[in-house]
Amino acid sequence: MRDAADFVSRHRVAAVVLVLIAFPWVMPYEALAVNILIFGLFAVGFNLLFGYTGMLSFGHAAFLGSGSYFAGMAIVHGGWPWYAAIAAGTLGAAAIGLLIGFLAIRARGIYFAMVTLALAQCVYYIFYQADRWTGGENGLRGVRVGAIKVFGVELNFVDPLTKYYIVLAFVALALWFVSRVLASPFGAVLEAVRENEQRAAACGYDVPRTRLVVFVLSAGICGLAGTLRALHLSVVPIESLHYLTSGQAVMMCLLGGMGTFFGPFVGAAVFLYLEDVVTTWTRHWMLVVGSVFIVFVLFFPRGIWGSILHWMRRRGA
Amino acid sequence: MTPALLAAEGIGMRYGNFLALNQVSVSFARNTLTAIIGPNGAGKSTFFNVLSGALRPSTGRVMFEGRDITGDPQHAFARMGIAKSFQITNVFPRLSTHENVRVAVQMLSTRFDLLTPRESLTAVTAQADQLLETVGLADARRRPAADLAHGQQRCLEIALALACAPKLLLLDEPTAGMSPEETVAMMDLILTLAAERTVILVEHKMKLVMGICQRVIVLHHGELLAEGTPAEVRANAEVKRVYLGQGV
Ligand SMILES: Nc1ncnc2c1ncn2[C@@H]1O[C@H](COP(=O)(O)OP(=O)(O)O)[C@@H](O)[C@H]1O
Ligand SMILES: [Mg+2]
Repeated sequence: MRDAADFVSRHRVAAVVLVLIAFPWVMPYEALAVNILIFGLFAVGFNLLFGYTGMLSFGHAAFLGSGSYFAGMAIVHGGWPWYAAIAAGTLGAAAIGLLIGFLAIRARGIYFAMVTLALAQCVYYIFYQADRWTGGENGLRGVRVGAIKVFGVELNFVDPLTKYYIVLAFVALALWFVSRVLASPFGAVLEAVRENEQRAAACGYDVPRTRLVVFVLSAGICGLAGTLRALHLSVVPIESLHYLTSGQAVMMCLLGGMGTFFGPFVGAAVFLYLEDVVTTWTRHWMLVVGSVFIVFVLFFPRGIWGSILHWMRRRGA
Repeated sequence: MTPALLAAEGIGMRYGNFLALNQVSVSFARNTLTAIIGPNGAGKSTFFNVLSGALRPSTGRVMFEGRDITGDPQHAFARMGIAKSFQITNVFPRLSTHENVRVAVQMLSTRFDLLTPRESLTAVTAQADQLLETVGLADARRRPAADLAHGQQRCLEIALALACAPKLLLLDEPTAGMSPEETVAMMDLILTLAAERTVILVEHKMKLVMGICQRVIVLHHGELLAEGTPAEVRANAEVKRVYLGQGV
């Protein structure tokens, strides 16, 4: 079992992508699968900051949301091609990450959480007020992407399965990037900073700068998830910037297992699947999902995937 | 005389109304082993923190290789070759013993490399193995640092300090909480290390250091009480008074 666990960790990107290729066939419908892909990536971006560097942000909706808005505005107002909109949204979110990060990284613990929350609320307010550009409380409508050409092949983005695989291509690329970062010397520094900031600084690492770089990376990944969401939904709801969306990133990450590569994806899948199933029985789905969340936090603090990994390693050891 | 490697000039440290250090001026020559001693509360750790960049002094300057480094950020100290171990054990608890040292060694070759795999830095890995060997932790390399015995963690901390190939090694009570056997081993290790670099050792147990260091600095109530060779300090009437009855 330990070998199996090690094998999966060594080829973690390939393993995730293989699972995700088969994924739409086990889901009740493709739109849910696409949603899970997008929120999975959102949670992975959040986990880079929270799970690997130990910085609990309560403002990550700012990056998902601004990524969505920038991509949406590029298409709606600028008439940009879809891929340019994705690039614009990702970079725009990273730029907002740089700004928020610059102001927030010196705070620690609960103060860091509060500063990120407050700044994300500012972002919400700005996009809400700029209704000529963003549609204000109605959200930004008309982010339409139809037939697209990829390397000379015409694909129909409206077809749900095609859309799933196009989104998956971007998610896979982002996962590969995150995996490389985590395996890199910089990834080692992130863990060192998480484990003991004082020691990391004494070892010669510039802790504030490390925190800022990872904050911007995290914002960019979450922004990419946001751009994909704008293309998927064809609208950008103002709720994407709401603090409840930030809370979802925290919940998905904890539910799946913070600080594990696959965990945030598992968390996103379970969260959204439960939401989808439970809403067909009752309006109070939050109550059910919330209870599941509490059970996990209390009895399986490693999260679903974290507990599975722990169990596999223990069996093998 | 060659200029000192490190010099403290008129260091003062004030906590509110309390003066923890008052006009302390000392210099440390290259390749010497100096002990800073004094009773508990004398200001040794405060002075240590000023020398190692963790605290900015209220007054005075710290000069390293002739350059004013007062108030430089903490991470700059390791990069110019000043390393330290803390009085309270300070390692990366959930990383393996080897990874603790590996990440510390890596600092000299790369800081913001996001895409190369860590394992490809073979020289770094080898250097980390070498350091674990030096401090006697080669067998514990795969264990998380949190699982090591207290004495082993103290040794790991020395390895972390050595990782940046320091010219100056600062150790704050490295034997704190150690058994007598561990203490002897640690003192041997410190002697070996001092053969090749400048070492400043903070200790409140006077007896421990008298046999091994070339110079002793005595702090008392935040002031420099005495300095000199162990024999000179032992003969000093003031020092005798402070350490009265402790069998200097
Ligand atoms: N952060 C601080 N704030 C206020 N007083 C302090 C602080 N740190 C140390 N002190 C005081 O300064 C004096 C010297 O402390 P310290 O340098 O730790 O002594 P030593 O290491 O010699 O035992 C003590 O009286 C201690 O209470
Ligand atoms: Mg002390």
